[in-house]
Amino acid sequence: MTIALTNPPVPGRMPSPAAPEAVVMRFAGDSGDGIQLTGGQFTLSTALAGNDLSTFPDFPAEIRAPQGTTFGVSAFQINFGSTSINTAGDAPDVLMAMNPAALKVNLAALRIGGLIIADTGAFDERNLEKAGYPSNPLQDLSLAPYQVIELDITRLTLEAVKPFGVSNREALRCKAMWALGLALWMFDRDRDPLIDSLQSKFGAKSDKLVEANIAALNAGHAYGETAEIGRPLKQITVRPAPMPPGLYRTVTGSETIALGLVAGSQLADLPMFLGSYPITPASPILHHLAKLKEYDVTAFQAEDEIAAICSAIGASYAGHLGVTSSSGPGVALKSEALGLAIMSELPLVVVNCQRGGPSTGLPTKTEQSDLYQAVYGRNGDAPLVVLAARSPSDCFDVAIEAVRLAVQFMTPVILLTDGYIANAAEPWRVPAMAAYQAFPTEFFSAVPAEGRINPYQRDPQTLKRVWIKPGTPGLTHRIGGIEKGFTTGEISYDPANHQKMTDTRKAKIDGIAQFIPEQEVSLGDPHGRLAVVGWGSTYGPIQQAVRRARARGADVSHIHLRYMWPLPRNLGPLLRNYQRILVPEMNTGQLKTVLRDQYLVDAKPLNKVSGQPFMIAEIEAAIAQALA
Amino acid sequence: MNAMPKFSPADFASDQEVRWCPGCGDYSILKAVQRTLSQIGAKPENTVCVSGIGCSSRFPYYLETYGFHTIHGRAPAIATGVKLANPALDVWIVTGDGDGLSIGGNHMLHLLRRNLDCQVLLFNNEVYGLTKGQCSPTSRAGTRSPSTPYGSVERPINPCRFALGAGARFIARAYDVAQSRLPDILKRAHSHRGASFVEIYQNCIVYNDGAFEQFTGKKAAPDALLWLEAGKPMLFADGTKGLRLDRDGLKLEVVPVANRNSMAADVLVHDETNKSIAQLLIDMPFGSFPMALGVIYCDPTPSFDGAVIEQNHKAATGKLRDLNALLRRGDTWLVDDDVRIEIG
Repeated sequence: MTIALTNPPVPGRMPSPAAPEAVVMRFAGDSGDGIQLTGGQFTLSTALAGNDLSTFPDFPAEIRAPQGTTFGVSAFQINFGSTSINTAGDAPDVLMAMNPAALKVNLAALRIGGLIIADTGAFDERNLEKAGYPSNPLQDLSLAPYQVIELDITRLTLEAVKPFGVSNREALRCKAMWALGLALWMFDRDRDPLIDSLQSKFGAKSDKLVEANIAALNAGHAYGETAEIGRPLKQITVRPAPMPPGLYRTVTGSETIALGLVAGSQLADLPMFLGSYPITPASPILHHLAKLKEYDVTAFQAEDEIAAICSAIGASYAGHLGVTSSSGPGVALKSEALGLAIMSELPLVVVNCQRGGPSTGLPTKTEQSDLYQAVYGRNGDAPLVVLAARSPSDCFDVAIEAVRLAVQFMTPVILLTDGYIANAAEPWRVPAMAAYQAFPTEFFSAVPAEGRINPYQRDPQTLKRVWIKPGTPGLTHRIGGIEKGFTTGEISYDPANHQKMTDTRKAKIDGIAQFIPEQEVSLGDPHGRLAVVGWGSTYGPIQQAVRRARARGADVSHIHLRYMWPLPRNLGPLLRNYQRILVPEMNTGQLKTVLRDQYLVDAKPLNKVSGQPFMIAEIEAAIAQALA
Repeated sequence: MNAMPKFSPADFASDQEVRWCPGCGDYSILKAVQRTLSQIGAKPENTVCVSGIGCSSRFPYYLETYGFHTIHGRAPAIATGVKLANPALDVWIVTGDGDGLSIGGNHMLHLLRRNLDCQVLLFNNEVYGLTKGQCSPTSRAGTRSPSTPYGSVERPINPCRFALGAGARFIARAYDVAQSRLPDILKRAHSHRGASFVEIYQNCIVYNDGAFEQFTGKKAAPDALLWLEAGKPMLFADGTKGLRLDRDGLKLEVVPVANRNSMAADVLVHDETNKSIAQLLIDMPFGSFPMALGVIYCDPTPSFDGAVIEQNHKAATGKLRDLNALLRRGDTWLVDDDVRIEIG
């Protein structure tokens, strides 16, 4: 995606009603209100309108937390515009608050002067009390810094769906659709694709329920058209964003991980075996892959995380591409088996969709605090490859790269994403598979003229060992977790052999640096006063922050890592070209430690572990401070 | 077997030096497995032996087949991946009481309920041998060991009862030195499509010597063993005793059999598909009852791997395998020189 600057909204004013460059909108309501569905539908309409976009679904871990409470608030933020969008936006311009709790939780994020659309029907005494409001914020002066539109969405929705004879409970569930209809009017959107989508998505359910939802959507839209609300609710047109020509679709990181793994296994000419165990926020990868049986994918829901990785190792041993997907707590359980995959030198892709930790932590919130776990977190000297994806689109290419490195070097590869990437949606220019070079797998099948097979014989360049599928005549052999003889693969307790094998396993992984691209500078000069070094989903906010700082004349560059281990061969010299190094991370400084250890550079941390992505402004401020 | 085996038992012996303690029951089991593989006409390259950790789990190194010595308790999970990836492979899992029922109990449960087509040989020596003699989940109550110096206060698990409860459809029991019987039981296990669970009492000569002497030893009482055979009356003690079902109490009882007339004594005929009787046979307290050995339960049902392959095949049938099309699924739009021309 090309990079362009989104103008920061000017405080105290709505974006120009004529055609603002970008708008940040947040829908917020009860976790049972259908906010995520509404957000998804609004995203679809935004994509079809040609805007670039980035979304941030933010929901509680509980499926249905008690109604009306602050901890049950579910929100969906979307940043869309006529220029390139890299983040879900620092501060919403518009907040659709479906109840007092939603207002309370999300008000702090709203920019001063932003617009609040509040459902007055839900601002009754009981809900106000549940949200902890001593008085009604719509009636006191607490919302004075904002623009407020009060609409009794509850009553308007109930009236709109009355003809369909749905229950009161079902009718109230249509509120979010009414709000969506109003939002569609606000941004001059076509309703038809959404109505089609709702019909095809829920057509199998009760017809009258689908009809009621569509009626609510239409009513919300009609309300915007006909009601004389006057300022500040106006119709706003956000023009399509210029994008490189091509076919686009909206994707989440979970989808692109699944698609990338399928593409990778096809490029490797291997059937894929996924062993996985349900865990938030990684489960959608299992769901996506379970549907793709025609692509030689066997998706196996194992009894636990350990069985998930072990079955994948078994499948790799038998000649498939073994894959397992999980999140931090699950990966912790897999670590002994990862050691087995390292010792037996079998290909394996482990996707860690990171979430807030430690322990159960924050299952639905994003964090990138498993870098130590990925790089160092095993018993013994147990090196493997670690990659990190920066965005939903990037997941596709990184997944292919993970497969390539796993099979070409006979090694486990950990692919790090996070809850934000997994759930966030963005437009994806769909690639043509012809653009990717295939890397077909070669299984070893040559029976030695004399003597027995040496299953640990290696390619002199890559140091990868041969991959011999059981079923191959004349090559029966045994492998396992006990230290292997250097070429024979037989059990060896010989001290010199253990030294040699440990060194060889390390050299194999270190050597991969020669087979991956050199580190590029994402934005700015390859030298200067300050490098902002990031990895993973912080890409968007860092990119925008560096762009803004450079626009003000700051000497700052953005370096974003995909290869976390081994690190790119030129990274050390590159970092030394800068006087200062700033490492923003959603952890307490893990990449910072790795960089200091590897290159003895004075990398300075910028850390955030609130379960929320970085705001552009936070990184901008840190850049300014670093350059002061 | 009439057909001449292509590979002799010796062909299934690897060139690795066997490192079990002298006198270990594992040697006998290894011999029986090598003989079985020869007799069933197994091809070394199509045979995979997967094990976990423990004395028994060294087994794959000594078999001239493909072998994977994995990590503690996880052999069933690894084997599941092997079999699903290549159902043509003949998968043998070798495990022990600690490996299979303690650290790996969960995997064992799920392998059995799913009914993966494989053979599970659980060597039960009622002790942790490799870690020097701690009590195991099958150790009898009161067992004194380095970890239970005052005697174990835990109640042991009965492996066959566990297997039956987990939903295993083939359950057999034997002991290490029963060389005349063990290969036949292993052959039955092999021919059963689905998970075949075989518990093999195995003497640990160092840490639990003589644990099964009461029914495996030469001096054991002649009425200690009941070898079950399908369709045959449950007779033991040289045909002078039998098992009868007390239909009112729903329990088994030992009855004397005169003149080998088992029918007159109402002795049960072994029906391998009768799960209720299998349960009673497994639960018989040894001492007042004999030890039931042989194929206790066999009631085939479609295997997990077969069902997975069938579903994969069915779901894929008629669907185009076009990666470019897959990437373009759903709502898409075309950008051509920054102008949208189509909504798909």
